[in-house]
Amino acid sequence: MTTLAPPVVQRDPATPTTGGRGGKVAWMALPALVMFIGFGVIPLVGVLVLSFTSWDGISTEIRPAGFDSWRAVLTDPGLPNTLWVTFLVMALSWAVQTPLSLLIGVFLAGHQRYREFLAVLFFIPLLLSSAAIAITYKALLDPNFGLGAGLGIPFLVQDWLGRPGLAMGVIIFVVSWQYIPFHSLIYQGGVRQIPRSMYEAAELDGAGRVRQFFSITLPQLKYTIITSSTLMVVGSLTFFDLIFVLTEGGPGDATRVLALSMYKLGFQANLMGPASGIAVILVLVGLALALLLQRLGGRDQTESQLEGG
Amino acid sequence: MSTTLTTPDQTTDAPARQRRRPSESRTGRRPNWLGGLAGWLWLVIVIVPIYWILITSFKTQANYFITNPLVPPTDPTLANYRLVIQSDFIRYFMNSVIVTLGAVVPAVTISFMAAFAIIRGSGRFLRAVNGLFLMGLAIPLQATIIPVYLIIIRLKLYDTLLAIVLPSIAFAIPLSVLVLSNFIRDVPKELFESMRVDGASEWGTLWHLAFPLTRPALMTVCIYNGLATWNGFLLPLILTADPTQRTLPLALWTFQGQYSINVPAILASVVLTTLPILALYAIGRRQLLSGLTAGFGK
Repeated sequence: MTTLAPPVVQRDPATPTTGGRGGKVAWMALPALVMFIGFGVIPLVGVLVLSFTSWDGISTEIRPAGFDSWRAVLTDPGLPNTLWVTFLVMALSWAVQTPLSLLIGVFLAGHQRYREFLAVLFFIPLLLSSAAIAITYKALLDPNFGLGAGLGIPFLVQDWLGRPGLAMGVIIFVVSWQYIPFHSLIYQGGVRQIPRSMYEAAELDGAGRVRQFFSITLPQLKYTIITSSTLMVVGSLTFFDLIFVLTEGGPGDATRVLALSMYKLGFQANLMGPASGIAVILVLVGLALALLLQRLGGRDQTESQLEGG
Repeated sequence: MSTTLTTPDQTTDAPARQRRRPSESRTGRRPNWLGGLAGWLWLVIVIVPIYWILITSFKTQANYFITNPLVPPTDPTLANYRLVIQSDFIRYFMNSVIVTLGAVVPAVTISFMAAFAIIRGSGRFLRAVNGLFLMGLAIPLQATIIPVYLIIIRLKLYDTLLAIVLPSIAFAIPLSVLVLSNFIRDVPKELFESMRVDGASEWGTLWHLAFPLTRPALMTVCIYNGLATWNGFLLPLILTADPTQRTLPLALWTFQGQYSINVPAILASVVLTTLPILALYAIGRRQLLSGLTAGFGK
């Protein structure tokens, strides 16, 4: 692949790829389009439609119910808490992961042999399922049978998942454990793309390590930071499996995020209408965040991708 | 604008550069103490639980309570693994294999065709298709699970492995198309031209030119989607109920509910479900790591 990678010039987006041959290849996009419409677009529209109906998820009867579900969702006293918890998970996991991933990514971008070896072990959490990770931490943090009890370290012997603040802390930690390697990888790639000459020039000017980081590395990583943050923030909306297995939203509703609320309302309380309402909120929040972050970057990725195609 | 387009080859270039000059460091730069500290510290945080999982899975339950949790067992036992395997894990394992292969092979094939069409073709239709897939990246697809559940029931597929496969394919398409189209875009235009001059059809060009040249990217996309499907939890949880249709993550969860006190056995089940992925990681590490970031732009 690398030997074939052409210089930048050859990918000039202004030159049209082919002239008027679109019709001949367009059919090749059809299978993917059909699948994506069938199990992506239609469900997306469907979730909006279902939020105006009443359905228990078991019977075949789906009745139109006007704004009943929405009234139930929006007047539910639990909603502000769910939104707050969702926001908290998003903000805290971003605030913990970003600086650490950035630091580690810069570190791993060095070309020493041992760092490559280090990376092999470092990326193992990427491979584990959220369910496996949640189950492991549940066992590890158990106040009676866990690591803390076994080692006799009092600080580790706490009811980690039984107290609201601690449970939230555990979730943020486990999320970081699972995803920091991935984001470090993104930053590692970003740092390696920064031209070496910039650092050499800075060195000649007598700029120190810290100065170099803030005036070269950080600005050059602007788009990497936006990409990584978008993935973190939008991804945090989908921490369903981890939280479901680890705390089931508890204690009380202390870790009940939107996705969990949707599941509990729909598949445990059999209220598919309100659950669909929550799902719509989830989609809107996700879209709004993605758009906001793209705007923040001052660059519309969709547009440039389209130009390229 | 062109910054987005320059990404993939540079990302894949990184390991190559690294191979070329392994001993090179940023000449004359003082070491990055803070980064080093964070890197090593986080390595310990990553390794300790994994080490703990491994050694504990070989301890007997009685031994687990009385020994130091970070000291390996003096007389390792395979009893936990036996218990896990006897709990029908072979079946769940096979289910996961079927679901993963059944989702990844078609998903990557049709994504590859779509990416090829998007890069080689032109016109409003293909632009709209591409825009649709890009939009799919921004939407938490989990939010569509209720209508997906309804569709699966109506198709009479509830409690089948196909119920997990179909939405998995759809969810895999947006990112796969993005990554693959970035790579196909890198194929020099002259090669396409010469294929055309030789009278090859677009279909022939797809298989005889684009396919061999983008094989590394295809591998990456396969591994990435394979991981996502293998580790998927929500779709099996909602679309199946019968124990015979369980996939591994769901089986893990129910197993944990059943043997909540038997920590060594639970951890043995965690090891067993992860083993095949670790094996794949050992084989295709470079591929996986260099490719994972390729699709996310700069």
